[in-house]
Amino acid sequence: MSFLDMDEFLIELAGKIEIVYSPIVDRKEYPEGVDLCLIEGAVCNEDNLEILHRIRKRTRVLVSFGDCAVTGNVPAIRNQLGAGNTTEVLQCAYIENAQDHKVLPRHEGIVPALLSRVVPVHEAVAVEYHLPGCPPPADRIRAVLEQVLSGTAPKLSGPQLKFG
Amino acid sequence: MSKRIIIDPVTRIEGHAKISVFLDDAGNVSDAEFHVVEFRGFEKFCEGRSFSEMPGITPRICGICPVSHLLASAKAGDAIMAVNIPPAADKLRRLMNLGQIVQSHALSFFHLSAPDFLLGWDAPAETRNVFGLIASNEGLARAGIRLRQFGQEIIEVLGGKKIHPAWAVPGGVRSALSAEGAAKIRAWLPEAHQTTQVALGLFKKVLETHERETQLYGNFPSLFMGLVAPDGTWEHHGGRLRFTDSSGSTIADQIEPRDYKTVIGESSEDGSYLKSPYYLPLGREDGIYRVGPLARLNVCSRMGVPKADEELRNFRSFGHGSVTSSFLYHYARLIEILASLEYIERALADPDLSSQDLRADAGINSLRGVGASEAPRGTLFHDYTVDRDGKLLKVNLIVATGQNNLAMNRTVAQIARHFLKGTEVTEPMLNRIEHGIRCYDPCLSCSTHAAGKMALHLQLVGPDGSVVKDVVRD
Ligand code: SF4
Repeated sequence: MSFLDMDEFLIELAGKIEIVYSPIVDRKEYPEGVDLCLIEGAVCNEDNLEILHRIRKRTRVLVSFGDCAVTGNVPAIRNQLGAGNTTEVLQCAYIENAQDHKVLPRHEGIVPALLSRVVPVHEAVAVEYHLPGCPPPADRIRAVLEQVLSGTAPKLSGPQLKFG
Repeated sequence: MSKRIIIDPVTRIEGHAKISVFLDDAGNVSDAEFHVVEFRGFEKFCEGRSFSEMPGITPRICGICPVSHLLASAKAGDAIMAVNIPPAADKLRRLMNLGQIVQSHALSFFHLSAPDFLLGWDAPAETRNVFGLIASNEGLARAGIRLRQFGQEIIEVLGGKKIHPAWAVPGGVRSALSAEGAAKIRAWLPEAHQTTQVALGLFKKVLETHERETQLYGNFPSLFMGLVAPDGTWEHHGGRLRFTDSSGSTIADQIEPRDYKTVIGESSEDGSYLKSPYYLPLGREDGIYRVGPLARLNVCSRMGVPKADEELRNFRSFGHGSVTSSFLYHYARLIEILASLEYIERALADPDLSSQDLRADAGINSLRGVGASEAPRGTLFHDYTVDRDGKLLKVNLIVATGQNNLAMNRTVAQIARHFLKGTEVTEPMLNRIEHGIRCYDPCLSCSTHAAGKMALHLQLVGPDGSVVKDVVRD
């Protein structure tokens, strides 16, 4: 959503790039030969992992986007519960905090299983750049995109590297 | 043999989801199901932390309406300290919530949904998005982008940051509205009003040509729930719960949010990480209720501000009693933007907003605290139980989108039944089904207490449960 906070710069951007896969466009399959991908969020379940590998194969430059992707951030708090964490969190949400039909979601091929540990993106696949922030403010995203568009390797410094 | 169609991922919504459509032997749609596939476990992993950290942690559930979590969480904290927060703090929190309603509704309307009804259900998938809208009508797209920006600026002016401001705290807020901040908002208001009027005009035209959609996109009887003021006026941050039925009669009124468990039950699902709340006295089957803009406009007696009240009268002409078509969520959203702008204008004239008395302080005086607030998508509850030191023993979150889960399933089935015939599935048909979901503007990150990415998958399932066709669009 912070991406959309670039506001009217989006209109300028629309003329320079083609957005092929994103929550805000309708393509359902990640295409081949993508130049740049901003990956948001920590890696939490099997679907996340699968799509991540597909994206890595089909993309030239990956940017780990936001604190969750870079460090695991809030979703990774679950790891502190130790080895039984996935059972504990599911038990709490779907059995203890339910009044009717107390079942764990497990429909195979539909709801992906949780990974035993939440990990940052670079722990699952190699990434070229990290873009911190929770979320990264719009001017920081814009700075990175402008550098990429001008053909230079994106570099952030000083306050632009702040977490949170 | 019967079949399942899967749409994966559902796009132009916040969060990861799939849809299954089930076909019977004759190839007709028998049922449909909406699956949410992300889950993070917030309720569990927050145990053991201090309640005062929660306004910092829970907004990370979602990047689209983090302010709702911030405010509900701070409110639950107020209840644990058993304090009345200073009036200025309450007014400032309200102002921030209004800013959020504007930004989130503008995003839903312009960026996510308008491409369908303005560019067409069968416009090419590659351009049926906000960039396609920019290409076809740059003026409108720009106005919409700026309307969202206006809402975000209000949040930033108050909290120092557009997303995840650390601003509301148990007992009040950290800072008041600055004179420059107030001036900036005031100067922007006329443009925001103008864009809202344009959008209202546009959507009313859409309604004239989209009678079928109004009839078929989630048009069925259900209950509706939302917060209302003591006199029944539209509320967004405060007040108590009201339930009405589809005839428009009130069936439960002025329920204190902390007593939500007397009216709301939650049920789990095998095929989704999204739970289904229902109106407890009627049980899971008959207790289906909707929340969010459509519900709020159905439950309230009036908006409380003149322009929005006039629109409300027109809105109500679309129903007999309650307005029951989910396609009209879009209209309700625009009316709420209008009301928010009017309330923002009113707030700016209030000298209290620059008060320095912003925060009440106290220890732990109650071992349970419930905070409720109207998020753009519907009522949000944060329910905390703590020990004497304020450490969390138990957390329950009921978010807006979950409460629409049963209604979203029914909507998807209704649309599929009318637009899918046989196994020949075209892309525009799938898009219509997805639009049924978009009407609710679901935020799936929130609803499963997830954080992060978004992404639908349509499966045709046979009577024997086998997947006959998996439709993944390219
Ligand atoms: S905004 Fe923060 S919590 Fe949300 S995905 Fe980005 S880094 Fe994670």
